[in-house]
Amino acid sequence: MAEASAENLLTVPLNEQHIAAGGRMVPFGGYSLPVQYPTGIMAEHKWTREQAGLFDVSHMGPSFLQIANPTGDHDVDHAAISALIEPLICGDILNLKRGQVRYTMLLNDEGGILDDLMIARCPIYPGALYVVVNAGTKEADFARIAAAVGDKAVLTRKDDGALLALQGPEAVGVLSALVPEIVELGFMTYNAFRWGDIELVIARAGYTGEDGFEILVAAEHAKTLWDALLADPRVKPIGLGARDSLRLEAGLPLYGHDLDETISPIEADLGFAVSKRRREAADFPGAKRILAERENGPGRKRVGLIVEGAPAREGAEILDHNGKAIGVVTSGGFAPSLGKAIALGFVPPAFTEVGTKLQVSVRGRQQAAEVVETPFVPHRYFRKSA
Amino acid sequence: MTTKFTPDHEYIVVDGANGTVGISNYAQEQLGDIVFVELPAVGKVLKKGDEAAVVESVKAASEIYAPVSGTVTEVNEALNGEPGLINSDPEAGGWIFKIAITDAGELDGLLDDAGYADLTK
Repeated sequence: MAEASAENLLTVPLNEQHIAAGGRMVPFGGYSLPVQYPTGIMAEHKWTREQAGLFDVSHMGPSFLQIANPTGDHDVDHAAISALIEPLICGDILNLKRGQVRYTMLLNDEGGILDDLMIARCPIYPGALYVVVNAGTKEADFARIAAAVGDKAVLTRKDDGALLALQGPEAVGVLSALVPEIVELGFMTYNAFRWGDIELVIARAGYTGEDGFEILVAAEHAKTLWDALLADPRVKPIGLGARDSLRLEAGLPLYGHDLDETISPIEADLGFAVSKRRREAADFPGAKRILAERENGPGRKRVGLIVEGAPAREGAEILDHNGKAIGVVTSGGFAPSLGKAIALGFVPPAFTEVGTKLQVSVRGRQQAAEVVETPFVPHRYFRKSA
Repeated sequence: MTTKFTPDHEYIVVDGANGTVGISNYAQEQLGDIVFVELPAVGKVLKKGDEAAVVESVKAASEIYAPVSGTVTEVNEALNGEPGLINSDPEAGGWIFKIAITDAGELDGLLDDAGYADLTK
């Protein structure tokens, strides 16, 4: 149980607040971040499912990509910026409505996933996108995007600010007490709002399976926002530990674990993110492999497992009912909402049917596991009624 | 009865030739919520430093090592149903296993209360 080394770690703008709140700081993605606060992962996890959890995800990579010479016409400029970014990804950006957020993936020429990310069409400025990438990949992602757009667009990093996620059934009640207009946001949309003199870029999105928001704020106002949100008794700070258990229950893959540059969107069961228009045009990186896998089935596929007994962690072998090794766990742990161990992993297509009995090897012993539907815990995203 | 500690945060409460092993309050605080405990088999012969049990928190698995050599005489079956006893009552109700000590001399190499308090301050 070595203590986290503080060497060469970046700190987030709210570092002092985390320490003051009793956060246990650990290295993550090059940053020092709280893995948990004194109440612990289990209580933080359940609080988020029942109330509202406040997460500091400032290690991630928010940015804006703006066409260099906008005409001022929304459709013309959006088509121009979409044409610059789409060759890197498998998503349809062109047909995004103003303010709409899309989950997509940066791909290499072999169809492997370089990162999963959010790209949104700016509701205000023509020819602008809001792009949020993962912490561990952000330098490479930003370099890749900047190189692709050349002098035709300007990438402005915002990862010197704070990105806070407020997640849980009470999130909308809490945030609307500060910014009433956010009740108008549909799931997977964003806008810029004013809270007094402070500008907040707020997306109705998250990584827990709950309704919630991701809020970008300049570093100098981060503490004011953090304190204001925590002043509401429905809100508690939540560390990275519960962030991981919440996203695992929600069946959401984690880059660098469940996704990497050898894994395709079809293998990762993220085929929904290969947009129809892009499939028909076959104009995205690795289209040949990805379209073939979509047609004929991939060699391996991501599944969810319920594991009996001890949690099967990342790297644990998955075995068929005869004990033959067929795959590997890429994320696994204990699901606080279910009171049992769950895992994500990759197996050949013949073993992906829900109800398939498998085994996992934990410390050399075989334990029963069963393929189940994901999400393990149903998503409770906000759906606007028509 | 005396309590000794290892630098890996196991404790052993010594009662004559028998010891009761668990993890310290400091260790349970560091690990966080314990969700699963893998107990040793009764009768298992352990050398000092052997892996004896595994405690799993939400995030990670941690091995528990035998503080001294001996034979496992009893395990805390209550932990199968309620692994959180290690968090709520680590040095009493959250004990993990009992051991018949082979060589009492090995106890001299362990930390006493003051030495362990020093290590974890």
